[in-house]
Amino acid sequence: MGDASDRSSAEPLEFREVTKRYPGNAEPAVDGLSLKLPAGEICVLVGPSGCGKTTAMRMVNRMIDITSGDILLGGRSVKQRQPDELRRNIGYVIQQIGLFPHRTIADNIATVPALLGWKKDRIATRVDELLELVGLDPHEMRDRFPAQLSGGQRQRVGVARALAVDPPVMLMDEPFGAIDPINRERLQNEFLRLQAELRKTIVFVTHDIDEAIKMGDRIAVMQVGGRLAQYAPPAELLTAPATPFVEDFVGADRALKRLALQRVRDIDLWSVATCRAGEPTAAARARLTDADLDIPMLVDGERRPLGWLSERGLTGERVRPELRSPAEPIVELDDILRDALSDLLARESMYGPVVDAGGHLVGALSIQAISHAIGSAGSEVRSAAERVAGDAGESAGQE
Amino acid sequence: MSGAPLIAQGGFVRDRAGESSCVADNGFCLDWISKNLDRYQTPFLEHVYLVVVSVAIGFVIAVALGLLAHRRRWLIGPLTGVTGALYTVPSIAMFFLLQPLLGRGNAPAIVGLAIYTQVIIFRNVITGLAGVPKEMVDAAAGMGMTPNQRLFKVEVPLALPEILAGLRIASATTVGLAAFAALAGAGGLGQQLIVSSLIVFKSNVVVAGGLVTLLAAALDLVVLGIQRLLTPWRRAVLA
Repeated sequence: MGDASDRSSAEPLEFREVTKRYPGNAEPAVDGLSLKLPAGEICVLVGPSGCGKTTAMRMVNRMIDITSGDILLGGRSVKQRQPDELRRNIGYVIQQIGLFPHRTIADNIATVPALLGWKKDRIATRVDELLELVGLDPHEMRDRFPAQLSGGQRQRVGVARALAVDPPVMLMDEPFGAIDPINRERLQNEFLRLQAELRKTIVFVTHDIDEAIKMGDRIAVMQVGGRLAQYAPPAELLTAPATPFVEDFVGADRALKRLALQRVRDIDLWSVATCRAGEPTAAARARLTDADLDIPMLVDGERRPLGWLSERGLTGERVRPELRSPAEPIVELDDILRDALSDLLARESMYGPVVDAGGHLVGALSIQAISHAIGSAGSEVRSAAERVAGDAGESAGQE
Repeated sequence: MSGAPLIAQGGFVRDRAGESSCVADNGFCLDWISKNLDRYQTPFLEHVYLVVVSVAIGFVIAVALGLLAHRRRWLIGPLTGVTGALYTVPSIAMFFLLQPLLGRGNAPAIVGLAIYTQVIIFRNVITGLAGVPKEMVDAAAGMGMTPNQRLFKVEVPLALPEILAGLRIASATTVGLAAFAALAGAGGLGQQLIVSSLIVFKSNVVVAGGLVTLLAAALDLVVLGIQRLLTPWRRAVLA
C-alpha cells in the first residue's frame, strides 16, 4: 500500500447498463442504469423509496452483486476486484453513520488503516489530521466513545473515517438523514467546503430533492422500477425536466429552487445613475438618461448608497440631498439570488441597490431582472462546492 | 432429645464437640463452628475448582457452538432444543448417569456441570449476536472487513454484555449445582451438606450452605468486574 498522498485522489465512475434482479421479483431493482461521473464530482442518486437508488450505490462497492452490466471505477471493472480490497479503497458513510460504539473515536477512524496494516504512529498522525480536517479537536475527541458525541460530531467522525485512506471514491447513503434540520444545513455546507478542497468522486443517495439540488454537481433522478428518469446538472433538471415524473418530483417551486443555485453576481444587473450632494444637477441628469433605472441613487464619496433621490433634489443648480426613500434593501453581489428576492419581497420593493464586498454601489437588482434570469436557461450556475466556498465565514463555527 | 443419638453417630460432628450441650441439642453452635472452620477449607477449594473448571469448559464450548450457529442459522433450533433438553435432566440423575461412562470423581462432575451451563450461555450468545444493530455489520462490511473480522472486531464485542450476562447466570447456577457433584464422588461443599442432611446438624448446614452462597456472590462480582473491564464504552455518556 502506497502512502495516501501518493495516490490519485479521485477517479471517474461509470455505470454501464447496470441491472439488479432479485430472484422471485418480476421487476428489476435497478434497470439498465447507465451514467458517467467525472472524477471529483458529486453525483446524487435521488428518487422515491423503492426506486433502487441505494441498491445502485451499493453495487459500486459490491455490497450487492451486479446481475448484468458493469461498473467501472477508474476505468476498471469492480467485478474484477476482491470485494474486501475494493471496499477498503472506497469511502463508505451510511445513514446511521455506523460508528462502532465499543471503539474510541480514534479507533473508529483508524478502522481501514488498521485493516491495511498501517504502523501505529502513522495511524495516530492520520487520525489527528482527519479530526482537524472535519473541524474536531483531536485532543478532546481522540479517546472518547461515540456515545459521548453529539449527532453532528458523530456525522463528522463518520466522514473522517470514510476519508481515512484517502479513497478516490466515496459512497454516502443519506449521510445527513438523522440530523436535525438546522445542523443538517450547516453540516451540508461544511461537507461541500471540504469537497471543494478534496475533490473526491462521490455517489450520494438521498430521497430529498432539495438536498440533491444543494449537494449535487449532477443529479440522477430515479423512479420506481429502478429506471433512470433524468441525469443532469441541478440547473438543467430544474429548467428542463425530461419527463412529467421529473417535473413532479422536483416540485412546483422549481423556478424558486433554481434561484438557490445562483448568486446576485451571476445575473445582469440594472445600471443605476449616481449623484453626490453638491454636484451640478445637469451632470446628474445626463447620467440618468443612460441608466436602466430612472431614479438616481445618492451616494457618498466612496460610492456607498445613501438613498433614492427625490425629484426635488434635482430642481436646483446643485444636487440637494433630499431622499424619496432609503437605500433598502441593500443586496450584496455574493448573496444567493433566492435570498435577495426574498429581501425585495419583504420590503415590498421592485428593486434594490447592489453593493460589492466593500459596500460600493455596482447596480440594482430588480424583480424583472430575476424573472428574466429564471427564463434564460443558459445563465451561469455554480457547482455545489463553489456555491458554498464563499460562505466560509458564515457558518464555520462548531456546535 | 431425639436428635442427640443421631448426631452422636456422626464422627465428623462429634469428635470436636466436646461436652457442648449446644451440639447435643443440635443448635446453632458458634463454638463448634469456630473449632471446625478449618475442615471446610478443602471442600471449599474443591468446590471452587469444580465450578471454575466446568464453567470455563462450558463457556468455551457454548460460545463456540453459538458462533457456529450464528453463521449456520439452521443449527440454532436443534442446538437450543438439545441444550434445553439436557438442562431438564435432574442433577441427581445426571451425576449417576455419567458414572458408568466416566467413573467416579471429578470427571463426571465437571462434565455434568459443563453440560448444564450450555443452554444459558448458548442462548445468550445467540441473542447477543442477533441484537447487534445491522448498520454496524453493514458499516464493517462496507469498510472491507472480512466475515471473520466483522465477527471478532464488531459483532462479538457488541454482544459481549449479553454473553457475559449469560456467564454470570451460568456461574451462579453452577455453584449451586456443584453441591450435587458429591454424588459423583467429586467432593466439594456438597459432601459436607450431604453428610449433614443425613444427620441434620444445623451448624454444619449453615456453614456449608453459607459458603456456597458466598462463593456464588463472589464469582458474580468477578464476572461483573471482567464485564466492566471489557466494556468501558457502555459506561461512556455524553460529556
